[in-house]
Amino acid sequence: MAELNVARREFLVKAAQGTSLAVTGGLLWAYLVRQEAKAQPYALRPPGALAEKDFNAACIKCGECVNVCPPDILKLAPAGGDLPIGTPFFTPRIGACVMCPDIPCVKACPTGALSPQLTDINQAHMGLAVIDIENCLSWKGLRCEICHRDCPLKGKAITLETDPRGLSKHAVFRPIVNSDYCTGCGICEKACPTAEPAIRILPHALVQGKIGEHYRLGWTFDTEITQDFKPSDKAPETPPEPSGKPAGVDYLNEGGL
Amino acid sequence: MSTAADLSHDKLEQRSFPARLWSWRYIVLRRLVQLGILMLFFGTAHWAWEYPAKTPLLTGNLSASEFIGMVPMADPFATLQIFLTGHVLQGKVILGSAIVLGFYLLLGGRVFCAWVCPVNMVTDLAGWLRARLPIPAMFHVNRNIRYFVLAASLVLSALTGLAAFEWVSPVGMMHREIIFGFGAGIMALAAIFLFDLLILKNGWCGHLCPLGAFWSLVGRTAQVRVRYDKDSCTHCGECAKVCPEPQVLNLKHLERTGVVDSGECSNCGRCTPLCPEGSLAFDLRLLIRKPGADKSVSARRTK
Repeated sequence: MAELNVARREFLVKAAQGTSLAVTGGLLWAYLVRQEAKAQPYALRPPGALAEKDFNAACIKCGECVNVCPPDILKLAPAGGDLPIGTPFFTPRIGACVMCPDIPCVKACPTGALSPQLTDINQAHMGLAVIDIENCLSWKGLRCEICHRDCPLKGKAITLETDPRGLSKHAVFRPIVNSDYCTGCGICEKACPTAEPAIRILPHALVQGKIGEHYRLGWTFDTEITQDFKPSDKAPETPPEPSGKPAGVDYLNEGGL
Repeated sequence: MSTAADLSHDKLEQRSFPARLWSWRYIVLRRLVQLGILMLFFGTAHWAWEYPAKTPLLTGNLSASEFIGMVPMADPFATLQIFLTGHVLQGKVILGSAIVLGFYLLLGGRVFCAWVCPVNMVTDLAGWLRARLPIPAMFHVNRNIRYFVLAASLVLSALTGLAAFEWVSPVGMMHREIIFGFGAGIMALAAIFLFDLLILKNGWCGHLCPLGAFWSLVGRTAQVRVRYDKDSCTHCGECAKVCPEPQVLNLKHLERTGVVDSGECSNCGRCTPLCPEGSLAFDLRLLIRKPGADKSVSARRTK
């Protein structure tokens, strides 16, 4: 009986030792992996990449997308770097996505971490171009607009807004990014002539706000009207009565705005 | 009085130089295969090797790859981990895993370890050095711990939602960094080298690596195996001295089975050319007779 107890005690101690080793090791391992995965949120992924969390789960770190990329801009993050280990990324200032129409990187991906649902490269959302209006030459009033000219979706993803430039006769041509269309290819960032790019690509989550569903913009046509007024069938088209003043003085009432 | 085993030792000592060279054939072949595979990946990535024209020869790395634009391959262990994270797998990676799994089911799971895995070159070097240096054992670790590490990588994949081993794998790091550019993975390899050299003999490949454990399980049904002939064996023990997994050469067990049937054998071919009596040799499992079976009627062969 006594022997049995000793054997049982030994077994229990062994079991406790084994369990604590497994739990400690497991916790440490899990911590390492999770730290690595959230290394930093600035990774720009190839087109079609799933949301960062799903992407990190699905990517098998094979580099097939890197191999097939025609402009060879993709890299696999090395160990010990800022980005999640082994996953593909690109740095627009060094090499921007050229938006191949056949999207070879997505086709090469074996796991679907780059989603095959992306069939039109213009629908890609790798990131969002953001303009530093304090350092943008165009916003300063110089005629640059290189980002607009080089944008593969110019007129949609980047539009120019003109504005009188103070006392000068010339206008300011201000580039504006439209997030609905911007694919985040980074051609603008690569092309930007300033010492540090005044337009750069950032992951959406870092820059984009969200209005919230409880706000209703009653004056837009696609907003559901819940109040008890209805818009007239068509907007009034009759031009306002001429005010008799010189053109431009009463511009608020002249229409065209 | 000299025993049969002593005579075997003498035989080994008295080999001619060409015989010694010839006994290294498998190690040379293994290095050629290991480096050759790395070369195919590297050449495709850096020198745009193509076959047929306009088709990359071998894209990717050991985690997943595509050969001549047609044959997908994938690491079934990595695929299993990704499956456990809850990600819905695509057909290409499943087919690739099946192809690789089928290959190693036939050839021996740990053929990957000895013939393909790049870390093997590091640990072999550490093992070779250790055999020539007076380094005492620090402690004993049960070799079965690798199966717990294997289980842990699967459990942690499910719990963290990230393929747990793939995020820390030195195998992946080494291969990726050779093909796609160096980083701190080289430090992990240095750690493994020192661990194997100074702390635990065959420590990484023989005790800890969960990928090796996975392939050990797969290798249990392998068809290419080392045959054992108990009649000529003198129990000199030379085979176990060079074997990185000496428990697979348990002679009592081999006398019953006539074949090294443990999945932990990596078919590395260290023992077969060395055996002074030629009692160990590669063979197809189907052709290996069970000891004691009637020699004229081999049950399996005549089936």
